[in-house]
Amino acid sequence: MVAISAWGRLGSFEHQLHPLPDRTRVAAAIKDHLGLAFGNGRSYGDVCLNPGGVLWDTRAMDRYIAFDEQEGRLRCEAGVLLKDLQRLCVPRGWMLPVVPGTQLITVGGAIANDIHGKNHHVRGCFGDHVARLTLVRTDGSVQECEPGDPLFEATIGGLGLTGVIVDAEIRLQRVPGPWLMVETLPYRDLTEFFDLADSSEADWEHTVSWVDCLHGAGRGIFMRANPVESQLSEPPAARSLRVPVVPPVSLVNSLSLRPFNSAYYALKKSRASSVQHYESFFHPLDSVLDWNRIYGPRGFYQYQCVLPRDTGREGVKAMLTAIAQAGMGSFLAVLKTFGDREPRGMLSFAQQGVTLALDFPNGGERTLKLFDALDALVMSAGGRLYPAKDARMPRALFEAGYPRLNEFLPYRDPGISSAMSRRLMGS
Amino acid sequence: MSKKRIVIVGASSAIAAHCARLWADEGAHFILVGRELSRVQQVADDLRVRSPQSTIEEAQIDFNDTADIKSLVAHAAQSTIDIVLIAHGNLPQQPECETNLDTACDALLVNGLSPVLFAEAFAAQLTKQGSGTLAVIGSVAGDRGRKSNYVYGAAKGMVERYLQGLQHRVAGSAVKIVLIKPGPTATPMTAHLPQRGLASVESVARSIVNGIAAGRPVIYAPAKWWLIMIVIRHLPHFVFNKLDI
Repeated sequence: MVAISAWGRLGSFEHQLHPLPDRTRVAAAIKDHLGLAFGNGRSYGDVCLNPGGVLWDTRAMDRYIAFDEQEGRLRCEAGVLLKDLQRLCVPRGWMLPVVPGTQLITVGGAIANDIHGKNHHVRGCFGDHVARLTLVRTDGSVQECEPGDPLFEATIGGLGLTGVIVDAEIRLQRVPGPWLMVETLPYRDLTEFFDLADSSEADWEHTVSWVDCLHGAGRGIFMRANPVESQLSEPPAARSLRVPVVPPVSLVNSLSLRPFNSAYYALKKSRASSVQHYESFFHPLDSVLDWNRIYGPRGFYQYQCVLPRDTGREGVKAMLTAIAQAGMGSFLAVLKTFGDREPRGMLSFAQQGVTLALDFPNGGERTLKLFDALDALVMSAGGRLYPAKDARMPRALFEAGYPRLNEFLPYRDPGISSAMSRRLMGS
Repeated sequence: MSKKRIVIVGASSAIAAHCARLWADEGAHFILVGRELSRVQQVADDLRVRSPQSTIEEAQIDFNDTADIKSLVAHAAQSTIDIVLIAHGNLPQQPECETNLDTACDALLVNGLSPVLFAEAFAAQLTKQGSGTLAVIGSVAGDRGRKSNYVYGAAKGMVERYLQGLQHRVAGSAVKIVLIKPGPTATPMTAHLPQRGLASVESVARSIVNGIAAGRPVIYAPAKWWLIMIVIRHLPHFVFNKLDI
């Protein structure tokens, strides 16, 4: 038994870790067994956990299978990390069309959570760029799935519950190099945020913003970026810092947060533009290893919702007000809009509207009570929460937020379940 | 400069495959050898994507068949060999070795006799060409017999004693013989062990590739195992025998 915790470090649970090093033997290894595929453990809550049970460790399935450099199609095993994939492809003029805030996740995890990036309005989610995938089920069958197959649509964003993803073919995006032209603009309130977001969508591939969660009006810093050709030389391999120990209490707390947010806003409040490397723009936190330790021994939650466009402005405002009043939250708070794109997966999270994501140090009852209030706002706005980040949403909110759930359930693999599926789907 | 010609026996093992990835960064000609062609091909496909400038041959052989070993060496010897990495092995469950003589026999064959036979056959070729590096993956388990893995340890100890002799034999020539002793590494072979404190396969592969480039006679990977094993080797038996290791 091995103790494993998810990225939020809310608890550490004993698991039997069974490696799946060989994609041609996954069927034999999982047939008639019970378990859950496990990648790099970067989801925050319990979607990647199966306490007391088996985790099928996919990280040794990290081989490339074929790369068509003319067409930009890459086939690889599910345990390949996005970071390694990008470092392979970018020097050859290709890039993943969609990347999340960390590139320390596996391809299998990116598919199972149908992750999104800062360019949802242009490129949709990760699953929109999967040309096919191989799924192995615990009945021993090996299924090749393509867009249009119901099993494919169940697997994209399917939380790992439809089988073990062993390989995938991804359509890459042509890029001139690793560089992005980045503009930073402050906004003073949500009206300014939405104006900036709307006016940027046509001309900017990437848009995202940092929001000051303690400032009720919702001030923040808006960032937008486009790929750019540049003769800058590659930066020297950035030296990673590591948070060396778990501090006895969360370093993010009511004493530290307000001055930190004010200082950050003051520092960034003049408009600026610069050329940045894709790693520092997309994945700033990846250079700080084990950054999740700053929240102390009790860990942290991330709360990420998406609210539909017509209720989003009022909904976000009410949520920020509730958070500011509670004086909780974290420096890590993101506000961005999603474009008008039909999600591919039956349980895909991203939908047209606005998404708010915030970290909260685990303050026990107090934190959970705030979440109840936020849940009510999400529910009344017709929004939903992101399972990849979740450790506690009520089942009613999940069912209301994911209307295709009943369509999804028949495609579940009966041999696979997670702490999350037991919590939200009853098995 | 022409590409390095590198032979890897046990090419689908995690450590060997990661060494190959590092060598592939500069482009090389690989002869990848394994017990099962399909697994060798997975590694070969991966290297082709990583390194289009590399060229790769794949071979399947019986690790315990001297005729297979001889014909592999004859094939590889068609041109100068720069590096031979002998990396195959398995980690048997010690209790099973104690109750099942066939398991013990298999563990001794695949971890001891077979790598020695490969090394002997390739050493003949390297001495003939007067150059090249032969590296074999042993283990810290070969440094002192312990109740938790002494059958495996005995096989790895055999590899060490053999390579010492080989190092003596080629001393003064340009041929380099390298013994690699990884500590417990996070690979599929050790997945049943507690993962805390295991070295990452990437870091172990990096030490091996650097150590081979430097031609060091013994590489502990990670290096801390050198110190740990000095202590373990020198514990008096009345202390050692009380330890649960």
